Amino acid sequence: MTYIAKPKLHHPALTPNALGYLRRDYEGSVSTLCAGCGHDSISAAIIQAAYELDLPPHRVAKLSGIGCSSKTPDYFLGNSHGFNTVHGRMPSVLTGANLANHELIYLGVSGDGDSASIGLGQFAHAIRRGVNMTYIVENNGVYGLTKGQFSATSDRGSKSKKGVVNHDAAIDMVSLALQLGATFVARSFSGDKAQLVPLIKAAIRHPGPAFIDTLSPCVQFNNHAGSSKSYDYVREHNEAVNRLDVIADRKPIEVDYEPGTTISVTQHDGSVLSLHKLAEHYDATDRIAAMAYLAERQAEGEIVTGLLYVNPDPGDLHGALGTTGRPLNSLSDAELVPGQAALDRINAGLR
Amino acid sequence: MTAPLAAINDFVVKFANVNGSGSASANSMFAKAVLRMGVPVAVRNIFPSNIQGLPTWFEVRVTGEGHLGRRGGVDMMVAMNPQTWDRDVAEIEPGGYLFYDSTKPMPPSKFRPDINVIGVPLTAICNAAYTVARERQLFKNIIYVGALAALLGIEIEVIEQLLAEQFEGRERLIKANYDALHMGRDWVKDNMAPLGLQVRRADAVGDRIFIEGNQAAGLGAVYGGATVCAWYPITPSTSLAEAFTSYCQELRVDPESGKANFAIVQAEDEIASIGMVIGAGWNGARAFTATSGPGVSLMTEFIGLSYFAEIPAVIFDVQRGGPSTGMPTRTQQADLIGAAYASHGDTKHPMLLPMDPGECFTFAAQAFDLADRLQTTVFVMLDLDMGMNEWLTEPFKWDDSRRMDRGKVMTHDELEAGRDFGRYLDVDGDGIPYRTYPGVHPTRGGYFTRGTSRNPYARYSEEGSVYVDNVQRLLRKFETAKSFVPAPELRPASAPTREGVIYYGSTGPAMHEALGLFERQGRRLDALRIRAFPFSSEVDDFLASHDRIFVVEQNRDAQLRTLLMAENGGDPDRLVPILHFDGTPITARFIVSSISSLMDATQPPGSRPLREAAE
Repeated sequence: MTYIAKPKLHHPALTPNALGYLRRDYEGSVSTLCAGCGHDSISAAIIQAAYELDLPPHRVAKLSGIGCSSKTPDYFLGNSHGFNTVHGRMPSVLTGANLANHELIYLGVSGDGDSASIGLGQFAHAIRRGVNMTYIVENNGVYGLTKGQFSATSDRGSKSKKGVVNHDAAIDMVSLALQLGATFVARSFSGDKAQLVPLIKAAIRHPGPAFIDTLSPCVQFNNHAGSSKSYDYVREHNEAVNRLDVIADRKPIEVDYEPGTTISVTQHDGSVLSLHKLAEHYDATDRIAAMAYLAERQAEGEIVTGLLYVNPDPGDLHGALGTTGRPLNSLSDAELVPGQAALDRINAGLR
Repeated sequence: MTAPLAAINDFVVKFANVNGSGSASANSMFAKAVLRMGVPVAVRNIFPSNIQGLPTWFEVRVTGEGHLGRRGGVDMMVAMNPQTWDRDVAEIEPGGYLFYDSTKPMPPSKFRPDINVIGVPLTAICNAAYTVARERQLFKNIIYVGALAALLGIEIEVIEQLLAEQFEGRERLIKANYDALHMGRDWVKDNMAPLGLQVRRADAVGDRIFIEGNQAAGLGAVYGGATVCAWYPITPSTSLAEAFTSYCQELRVDPESGKANFAIVQAEDEIASIGMVIGAGWNGARAFTATSGPGVSLMTEFIGLSYFAEIPAVIFDVQRGGPSTGMPTRTQQADLIGAAYASHGDTKHPMLLPMDPGECFTFAAQAFDLADRLQTTVFVMLDLDMGMNEWLTEPFKWDDSRRMDRGKVMTHDELEAGRDFGRYLDVDGDGIPYRTYPGVHPTRGGYFTRGTSRNPYARYSEEGSVYVDNVQRLLRKFETAKSFVPAPELRPASAPTREGVIYYGSTGPAMHEALGLFERQGRRLDALRIRAFPFSSEVDDFLASHDRIFVVEQNRDAQLRTLLMAENGGDPDRLVPILHFDGTPITARFIVSSISSLMDATQPPGSRPLREAAE
């Protein structure tokens, strides 16, 4: 029932952000997902992040594939253009959209069915191409819309609601993203908004391919004993390596941690990522070490979360292609069409 | 002994070579030398799906009258490939000529009594002059060009000029090539007389240019304002994307900043290619991909999305022999139905059907206007024959006052002024709604694009009546398209007739030659060249005013005929298929013999399908 718009009830205590927008201005239609779905929490986190970052709500392009998670762009940023593409192919559509106009913020929202199975190839290639985007996978380890089949991120040995045991190895999208060259890689949990909102903010400010794997339990089909993607299981095995604060435009740091436990990473656009270490020795700027640490903890059955890797000064696809600083969709006839004089020269060379 | 063939500016020379031996540039120099003497040529490169070792042929039709189709038959075979010797020799017309390397003696059984054998000891000449193996191979090609020039009356200075242009600035190479050229020429002058086949200087080329259709289409995409190209290599379309790339580097780099006013991505596959094109089109850039039939098969899901969500895209389909991997390096017009109705559900897509490189250029540019105007995928249907062979065509022209037609795009100011925006609302009655570019206005004009059913304001709906209204509007839009796409071209017979032919694409040159032959035979046929789908009212008129129409095309299943029946109510009894689909380009000889025998055997309306492969 996504045609039902939310009522415009404004609480008198709501405060506008620097652009004068209320949190309400970043919301979308009423969600049609199940009550308690992790995906709705992620939508709320995206709304919060956009509000806190003072984004003009219409300057985001939100793209998705097919599945429960891919429906969610309808439920946030209602003033943004959204594109619910085809199954597993959001990355290519996002890449093309980004090529047409690099000035918008590109938010790709997908699920484990959409990105780890049919879309694994496009996921990999968008990452390795260095498309400037925030790519969020709402990972519940299950096919929800078709009622409970295993997805490719289901852990081996985990049990479906019907009691079937998964015998296939799981695809770990975080490890893949690291290996493929994503310059911002995080994992979080839909049930931990305090962790998730700053990660989304940092990813949006990251000028390169940013990937967030967000565990997002499916209350209907994958929240039972024996599942490794349930609320209970994730809470028990969640091992956060750091706590992140994003200080956009050099506002003062408000969180005060013990000296020596916080490091600051300044991104290309001047935003500062203040990282409070929870795991000793974890260095979020060391890609190889991050991969090793993840593999090690995963073998122990732990789910490592937090900002796992960031390259503060990444390149992107436009840089590699040497495209003009202006959006390609705004170029005029004079800039695009060479005219008869150039044709005369070309004709002369073809005789 | 059959009399040796004699002809001036009207014969076919075929080169049989081994792929990768460096023969291609020597052969095309031969063709270009004839052109530079003012005599039109039509060339066909017949190559394998291979980089080195397999047989390859290059056919040069010397045609003073300017027939640009393939003629069929070979008057002189330059037999440089032992693997294909027997079939090459068999292909020569009685009285024709066999040119071969006579260094190694051949048994008499390897020849034919009714042909003229021209043995030139190419290897011996080469080995005497060169010691390096690669030099022996490359210069052997130039030596035979020199020998052929002497035999056929091609002016040696013209070839020297071409060599000088090709190796401009590299004096040593020019000199070495001159030497090789003269070795071949001198040997012939010393040992043989010129043949009955002669090239004589004329003035029949005019200011026409010589270019491949793919290259022309790539240039057309530049002039059409395309800024995003996403593609995946596939024969025979690859050179289209490569031509776009090199023309962009030449014409689209900002001279001050050195920055590119274009973005070209070699995608991971065809699906990603069309996905990027649709993403860019959705976001207001002009975008295209170039592919062939197998690529279109992969793209169909996205093509359906483009149709239903109404997103501009341009696809160049350079057709090859299908189905499946088919004949990757042979030509066909067999993707017509696949493209016209690509994707599941009820879909239809406009197609432009260029005839030659000239139309490849103009239709390529026009396709971007049409895609924006109609907000849908527009196909430009080339084929291998026109795409990968250099054809003589009129020089490219551009009207400098022409501007891109971006179609119905609602602007920030219109939204700000409170103009009603419904993404799928038919405000003008032509079936074409307004769209907005993402990010245009803070609170108005945003909408959610999806492949699912939705109401005129882009809100999700599975209500039957809403769905029906929307897909009926899409039909109205398709009807509107008829007035935008290029109209068919009518060539009336010299006297009124109730019989006609319909043809399209690369069949054009062979058909035009055949029409001249029909007139000489006293057969009157009105001819209609279809240049686009959907078919406009001129096609209906033509169908209605003829009792029998031969539909000539290069596929097995008479695909254009099917479209004429399905879309315009063409009467199957009156539409007679003439089909050529062995992978070689259709010839005037084939058209004339197929249609003549049917006209002699039956009276219109005839309904007997002619299911017969070529030659």
